Amino acid sequence: MEAFDILLQSSFWAAAIRIATPFIFGVLGALICERAGVLNLGIEGIFVAGAVSGWLAVYLGVDLWTGVLAAAAVGACLGLLHGCFTVLLGLSQHVTGIGITLFATSAAYFGYRVAFPTVTSPPRIEAFKPLNLTFLEVAPIIGPALGQQTALTWLAFACVILTSFVLYRTPLGLAIRAVGDNPASVDAQGLSVAALRMGALAVGSALMAVGGAFLTMSAFNAFFFGMINGRGWVCIALTVFASWRPGKALLGALLFGAFDAYQVRLQTLAGGVVPSQIFLMMPFILSIIALILVARKADYPRALMKPFIKGER
Amino acid sequence: MNATGSAVPPSPVLKLQGISKSFGALIANDAIDLELGAGEIVALLGENGAGKTTLMNILFGHYVADSGQVLLADGVGGWRELPRGSPQAGLAAGIGMVHQHFTLAENLTGLENIILGVEPWYSLRSNRGKAEARLAALMQRTGLAASLDIPVERLGVGERQRIEILKALYRDARILVLDEPTAVLTPQEAEGLFAAIRQLAAGGLGVLFISHKLSEVLALSDRLVVLRGGRKVADRPTAGADRLMIANLMVGRDVAPERPDKANPGEAVLELADVRAGAGRNAVADLSLTVRSGEIVGIAGVSGNGQQTLAAMVAGLEQPASGSFRLLGTSGDASPSALVARGVGRLAEDRHRDGMVGDMSMTENLVIERRHDQHFSRFGFQRRQAMRQATETAIADFDIRAPGPEAPLRLLSGGNIQKLLLARALTGEARLILANQPTRGLDVGATSEVHARLRRAAASGAGVLLISEDLDELFALSHRIAVMHAGHLTPAVDSAGLGISVVGLAMAGQAGPEFSGCSEPMREAAA
Repeated sequence: MEAFDILLQSSFWAAAIRIATPFIFGVLGALICERAGVLNLGIEGIFVAGAVSGWLAVYLGVDLWTGVLAAAAVGACLGLLHGCFTVLLGLSQHVTGIGITLFATSAAYFGYRVAFPTVTSPPRIEAFKPLNLTFLEVAPIIGPALGQQTALTWLAFACVILTSFVLYRTPLGLAIRAVGDNPASVDAQGLSVAALRMGALAVGSALMAVGGAFLTMSAFNAFFFGMINGRGWVCIALTVFASWRPGKALLGALLFGAFDAYQVRLQTLAGGVVPSQIFLMMPFILSIIALILVARKADYPRALMKPFIKGER
Repeated sequence: MNATGSAVPPSPVLKLQGISKSFGALIANDAIDLELGAGEIVALLGENGAGKTTLMNILFGHYVADSGQVLLADGVGGWRELPRGSPQAGLAAGIGMVHQHFTLAENLTGLENIILGVEPWYSLRSNRGKAEARLAALMQRTGLAASLDIPVERLGVGERQRIEILKALYRDARILVLDEPTAVLTPQEAEGLFAAIRQLAAGGLGVLFISHKLSEVLALSDRLVVLRGGRKVADRPTAGADRLMIANLMVGRDVAPERPDKANPGEAVLELADVRAGAGRNAVADLSLTVRSGEIVGIAGVSGNGQQTLAAMVAGLEQPASGSFRLLGTSGDASPSALVARGVGRLAEDRHRDGMVGDMSMTENLVIERRHDQHFSRFGFQRRQAMRQATETAIADFDIRAPGPEAPLRLLSGGNIQKLLLARALTGEARLILANQPTRGLDVGATSEVHARLRRAAASGAGVLLISEDLDELFALSHRIAVMHAGHLTPAVDSAGLGISVVGLAMAGQAGPEFSGCSEPMREAAA
């Protein structure tokens, strides 16, 4: 059974993990923002901005890790901009988020065009290389798949552990979880709701931007228009799927990556009999189904999308 | 319980001096002085809008006073001023506040809520073991028991409140402010809370207790301070005070003790015979009840004994499964809109959830049930002028304090909201009025106005079905009282011949011989 054999190829799992990486960053970012009570629909635009800025920074001569930091900084700034409207002024998180997406996408495209007014194909950079961790190959299938990943994927894994630790083991994480459930609880204990939410937005958006940067600095080595292609929106759905937990976020991202890698391989198998669009749809349809199954019982952060104005009930 | 028993005045721990605060033209606090001693329980009373909340927000640092200062004893005989507008400073100085609306994150455990914000945010781990040990000792010492290791969302209100208090004590509070602490508690839970408060006060904690339930204030406090219109109008020991006197101080005019007017019953407006409806905890069976025009029939009972289903049927939200249910002489279409059109006025138990649309204007809320009336719409268009006029009339008639007819209803105080809803229920030709917990959460002044309105409605020929947990209210208004327990209803008997304790026993499921016999109006006793 060829369709099943695919699952035993380490090249398939390598692709699945590679595809999953930007989603890991994105879902973690969205999760941090939402745990603090702010829906960040700017994610799609922040992905684009991160993809352009990281890649452009490297093109302009900085090293790769500085490029990642540049992307994170751009993301953090966009997150703080979102926060200025939603946290400090208490405006609609939906509308602001969509606005941030439109703005960040257009600004990134504009920046790209200013930097390269005439080129038809974007210049390439020296991207992150697979680490070739041969010692992992003792594990069958999955070992070589992991060994072929770049440093950014490992950074994503590290971020899962780090986010989980901060959220569940530190006083800061306690405050973040509290502020997304009942900001009055945090306020009554003398902590600043605004500072916590702004901080969460900055860090969360920085992670989203790094997710975008992964695409131009690791998965590919250049920026193309339309390359983000809805990945940000998928992250928003995966966040619900993950019930706002970092561990499940990793699982959800890997699942989505696996679906996507699988459908590409099925396309070649089914060679022209079934229209390729059907396969392209598959990960999305499966994630909708998964979401329906999970989201019915979803335990949303209670204060999600509710602005907190001090002294008002 | 009252007073500490000794003649020595308690050593003061907190002084508010000349606190004034105004919002625009409104003077919320006008040169208020207040003192609180260690181990003393002071009740702060006042109607909604009297300035209690503003004063507490100033104390707690949420507002900055225009003038005046908050002084705290420094423990060595001196005083120091609390920095203004800083909740952190208040917490650090030992002021703990238990808000009426709990400030707990429900996804966190009790322990997590308590240690929230105590440890520095940048520390890499939180020391739960130490916190647990300290809390265990604290619970032992104060008698406040609560589960600390399950999410707060799974706890009842009583336990949540104990966690709120523990939260304040964990931060070494020397002063505990409780804002309407019994609003959400059952009588048993309230008793438990009072016992705990007394024990805490005995241990030297200064307690400031905000309430407008007079019986509680009398039972618990050593001293009482009454605010009215932003001013302090009384500051006296509780010993020697009585309910009527406090009520008069709060309202600023004489509040007569209430008695029902003479009933003048006419034809039946609501007839239930052997009705069965609802499911589970809300199921009712063998429900028989008659409400006549011109009388007020009170349904007593601890909430959750089937009153919800009875109210839902009369409001048109639920249909009886069996039995005969006749409303205003017919058993026809009992949808809410049909009932309203036939003349049923409704006051919902949870007015914020079921009785109003907070973001819509007063005008819209007032006419929403009659939006298709010729008077308010023509050819599918609203007649704003007529709607506005109706609201202005209601505002004047019912003495509603509001910024204006177009103000969103949620901006009004609870009493004023209820007055508007009452205006909605009573306008038109209301022949049956369902008043479900009509004064829950209202202050003395608003309560007496609501009562007067219901009486007047009955006097002018409407039948009133009053569902209430408040026995004082039931006896003040009802001509006849029936008791609901576990989905069953006793016959409605004349309230004049009924003692409060008899009704209390029936509420606990032990209906005495007073409630036996026929379910028809009991005029014999009065005759």
